[in-house]
Amino acid sequence: MAVLHTTNKSPLQTRDLESCLRLTRPGCGILLLEDAVYGALKSTEAGARLAEAAKDRRIYVLGPDLAARGFTPEEVIAGVEVVDYGGFVDLVAEHHHVQAWV
Amino acid sequence: MTAAVALKDKEVAVDEEGYLVNLADWNEDVARTMAADDNIALTGNHWEVINFLREYYAEYQVAPAIRVLTKAIGKKLGPEKGNSKYLYELFPYGPAKQACRYAGLPKPTGCI
Amino acid sequence: MSDTEAGEGGNRKVKRFMIVNRKAPYGTIYALEALEVVLIGAAFDQDVSLVFADDGVYQLKKGQQTKGIGQKNFSPSYRALGDYDIEKLYVERESLQARGLAPADLLVPVRVLGSAELSVLMDEQDVVLSF
Repeated sequence: MAVLHTTNKSPLQTRDLESCLRLTRPGCGILLLEDAVYGALKSTEAGARLAEAAKDRRIYVLGPDLAARGFTPEEVIAGVEVVDYGGFVDLVAEHHHVQAWV
Repeated sequence: MTAAVALKDKEVAVDEEGYLVNLADWNEDVARTMAADDNIALTGNHWEVINFLREYYAEYQVAPAIRVLTKAIGKKLGPEKGNSKYLYELFPYGPAKQACRYAGLPKPTGCI
Repeated sequence: MSDTEAGEGGNRKVKRFMIVNRKAPYGTIYALEALEVVLIGAAFDQDVSLVFADDGVYQLKKGQQTKGIGQKNFSPSYRALGDYDIEKLYVERESLQARGLAPADLLVPVRVLGSAELSVLMDEQDVVLSF
């Protein structure tokens, strides 16, 4: 079973997401939550890198964190799935373990 | 901080488990007094372990856990001393915990 | 209370634990906390490996002198890990290179692995703790 990676810092501010992408393999899941949701937006400089990663990894973004920051699922990069808290729990249960890139 | 070990001329502060609060407060009198409070008179064999621990801490900044202490003592002082039985006879309350306390070190890391 | 030797509890399954260190020492408490976790965890006879990546590689830099900042220099403790039977220390090559460091700059012998090899190792773990 694959590993679920989580990251919670804005990729415009820290390099956590970049390290996560560098040290993960195709097939894994990556969930962006809290301030990391900015990384899932089409509009930012970080977007292109994530769009590239979404080709061979399953990328998720936590909807409530997105909404809290004033963004909608329409503004999220194509190929990135928006999940709610229930979906977060399902992801954790489906994966072998969770690795947090804090 | 309420606890202290009373020496002849002064008191040194210890934590609730009896470990020195300030490592720099240590001297041989501190060790002797702590041991006397446990009804133990320190012998050359005790000092060998206490001094070993102080050297280990100076080198690595770690108060070694029992398993590590036993192995390291064995390496330095030979197998007849690097075993639990020998060390427990010297320090019946648990060699690492008790000897680290007398040696003025923090409670061993990895000690459960 | 006696400090009996841990890990004699019979047939418990040995799990593979990986501690991932990604923070520089002293600026935050993460590095020291990770080290404490490693030393405590070693008492339970598990398969423990350490990864140093990103600024975490600075934890292993030789010649740390902390007198001037009034903090404990815990870098010598990495050299005691062998006594705790922790021998799997991995450093990410990309992180090392990005900081202009070479294995000779580090205070313990480590295995330098590329990110692709490291990501395989991470996938094989039972538990990964990030600091």
